[in-house]
Formats: sequence, structure tokens, C-alpha cells
Amino acid sequence: MPGRSRGAHAVLLGLMVAAGCSSPQSATSPSVTFGSAATTPGMPGMSGTQAMPNMPAGTSAATAGPAAPVAGDAISIDNFAFAPATLTVHTGSTVTWTNRDEEPHTVVANDGSFHSPGMDSQATFSYTFAKAGTFDYICSIHPFMHATVVVTQ
Amino acid sequence: MTDAPHAMNRRQLIRHGAWFGAAVGLAVVGGEVISHVAGTADAARIQGRPTLRFAQVSDSHIGFLGKANSNVASSFGQAIDRINNLGYTPDFVIHTGDLTHLATPGQFDQVKQMMTGLRTPHVFTVPGEHDSIDDGGQKYRSAFGAGTRGAGWYSFDIAGVHVIALVNTLNLKKLGHLGVDQLEFVAKDVAPLPSDTPIIVFSHIPLFAMYPDWGWGTDDAAQALSYLRRFSSVTCLNGHVHQLFSKTEGNVTFHSGTTTAYPLPPPGDGPAPKPVTLPAGKLHDALGIREVSYTRGHTTLALKDKALQ
Repeated sequence: MPGRSRGAHAVLLGLMVAAGCSSPQSATSPSVTFGSAATTPGMPGMSGTQAMPNMPAGTSAATAGPAAPVAGDAISIDNFAFAPATLTVHTGSTVTWTNRDEEPHTVVANDGSFHSPGMDSQATFSYTFAKAGTFDYICSIHPFMHATVVVTQ
Repeated sequence: MTDAPHAMNRRQLIRHGAWFGAAVGLAVVGGEVISHVAGTADAARIQGRPTLRFAQVSDSHIGFLGKANSNVASSFGQAIDRINNLGYTPDFVIHTGDLTHLATPGQFDQVKQMMTGLRTPHVFTVPGEHDSIDDGGQKYRSAFGAGTRGAGWYSFDIAGVHVIALVNTLNLKKLGHLGVDQLEFVAKDVAPLPSDTPIIVFSHIPLFAMYPDWGWGTDDAAQALSYLRRFSSVTCLNGHVHQLFSKTEGNVTFHSGTTTAYPLPPPGDGPAPKPVTLPAGKLHDALGIREVSYTRGHTTLALKDKALQ
């Protein structure tokens, strides 16, 4: 590291100087101390000599939803909103939600009675309401999205 | 998208930041976005290596397939290259969440594998809500939770700085949420520390109310921050909002980071925080990484946000 000259370096210059003088990381990197955990959180970065690992190809999983049922009661998810915001159906009805956003959403009942997986764009989720009642639900990824299914006898 | 008369768009903000080429803070005051050079005098006094220097990357959304970014793996790879070519080895790299788009095992494998290419002694993470979509964060913790506590939170000390990594993407009602167990962890974690210990807090969702209507806040953050009130230097770094934003409240400074995947609208611009598709060739101006440095004796961190370009 440079000595304690008191010249006022601009920060960019300061960083360059620091970079130019940096010695091997083992000598300069401050150590990390964990208060209580026996295992170290995080993961090591790449060591200096390690080769660049190969990137796995095509591992990203697109969750294409099941084919949308043609019949039944439909709720659309569009622009981060459930439409209709309140849907009334009879007992035994199957309600299908379709995500028309580019963002993933979920459908999660506040009382825990139903819970979709993450629904990517155009994916659907269906649930059959066996009992009467009022079911408030949210998107657990964007919980400011909320709506209601009212199930009548 | 309509531009407010006084608001800069993100590209202008980033260009503005790049033009200063120094520690630039951005703040919104009375609805206007204002940039200012934070701690310039401090920065000018830096001699050589800062006490601590690290990089922040966020919101890689590996697995996203929309038109706003046709190849999020490629842009995250470029972000890793950018960090690997800073001209020095960062003491650690923090990914502030939404590593994956849909929290699938394949997406976790891919992002973890990519991050092994970061040239740094330590890579730390916190989960985003996309990493904990339907399982309370179990798959996230399988991939990244070794050595963490509770639902994935932890703390460590490095170069005299105390770092706390929080999980505020579980049990959401409307906003981010920490929960009683984690609040108790924070209280006990900082209790033995002298008040002049610099504190850095990582979370995915902002710990300040950036835009609650879109969930951009944390409902019990005030409780956590109350435990940090006696400390002279507290800096909170978050992701989630896919744009640069800074704010100071009392002794605490908050900095939202940008994304490596796709931009989101400025707060309240449009009906929802939907991915923004930029004109061809403009995407990489909105994506980036952040360098953060701390020099002993200073109360503020120096931040430098760099576009991917």
C-alpha cells in the first residue's frame, strides 16, 4: 500500500493506485469472523488458480402450466391484479387462475385452504371449492395483490 | 411511461453517476430525484486501500424468459465479469436476492454455479421473494443456507465492520417482513458491540418505505432499526426495486441497488411494478453492479454504481 502522503487524490485515482499496488489477496483481504455459527455462511468465490467453471447449458426451468381447462370459472391475473376481484361460485366449482403477466404470481388463501406453486407467465392453477364460505387470497410474491372467492351453497 | 417534469430517467441517473465517477448518492426530496456526491471530502482523503471494499450485485432473476431481457444468464455473466475486472479483489461479493426467478432447483444450481466464477474470497447472499416463492425459502436454504441461522439470517465481522444479512421475504402480508425471531436475533447480535462499530445491513426488500403500495418497504423494519439507533454509522443495502435510490433517515443511510436482469418502473409510474422493456440497445445502461468501500474513521460508505454497458 502507498505510504501516508497527504496528497488529495480523487477517488478514482485513489482506487487505481490501490488496484495497482494490491498484493495477493491472501495478504491483503481482511478476514471474516462469525460470531456464533459453527459453519461459515456464504460460499467461497473463485480462487486465483481455479479454471472458469463451465456454464451449465439449458438448466433454466420454464414452468409451463397445465393446459387450461375450457370450462369452469376463470380468474385472470393481469397487471398485478386478480380479475374479477371478487368471484362468486357455487359449492363444487373449479376455479382456474391464469397468469397473463410477464411476472410470476401465486394464489395463496389467507386461511391456508389452497396454495399454488409459482405460476410463470401464462401458467394456470385450478382449485375446486368443496365448502361454502368466503376465501380471501393473495399473491405471496406480491402480497399487495389480493382478491376474494365467495362460495355459495 | 410518462416522465415527470423534474424526474430523470434511470439511464440519465446512471449517466449522471458515471459522469461524477465518484461516490454518488441519489435521493428523492419532495418527489424530485436529486443526485449528490456523498462524502466527497472523505473520499478525497482516501489513501490507498480502503479498510473494506466489496461489490454488490442483485436481482439476477435466473430463469426469467420475458421480452424485457431475452438472456438474463448472459447479463448476469457480464456483471460477474465486471466485478472480476474492477482492478482489485473485492473482500467479498454480496448478492442481495432474487437470485432466481422461480426458485426451481435448476435455477438455484445455475446461479450458484455462475457465482463460483466470482474472484473474491467470499460470496454472500440473502433471499428475494422470487427465491422463496412457495416453500418458505427451503430450496434457497438448501443452496445457500449453510451456516445461517433461523430462516437464513446471519452476521459477521470483517475489518472492524459488523455486517448483518437479513431475510425479509417470508410470511409477507403486504410489505417485507422480518418477524419476531429475526428481530430478537438483531437485538442480541448487536448488544455487545461498541456504538462506534460501523454497521452494514443487507436485505432484499428495502428496510425503508420506498413505495409501500407496491410492497417496497418492510412492515417491522422500524423495530430492527431501533436496535441500531445508538450506532454512529449504519448503512442498509437492498435490491428488489431494480433501480438506484438512496435515502437518509437519522443515523441510517439506505441504498437500493439496480439489477442485472431488467428494469422496473420508478415508484408509482404505471399500475404495477412490471418489467420494463427498453428500446433496443438501452437495456445494459439500466443494469449494473455496485462497488462499496469503507475507510476507518469515516461515517459514510463510498458507493460507485457501474452500468453493465
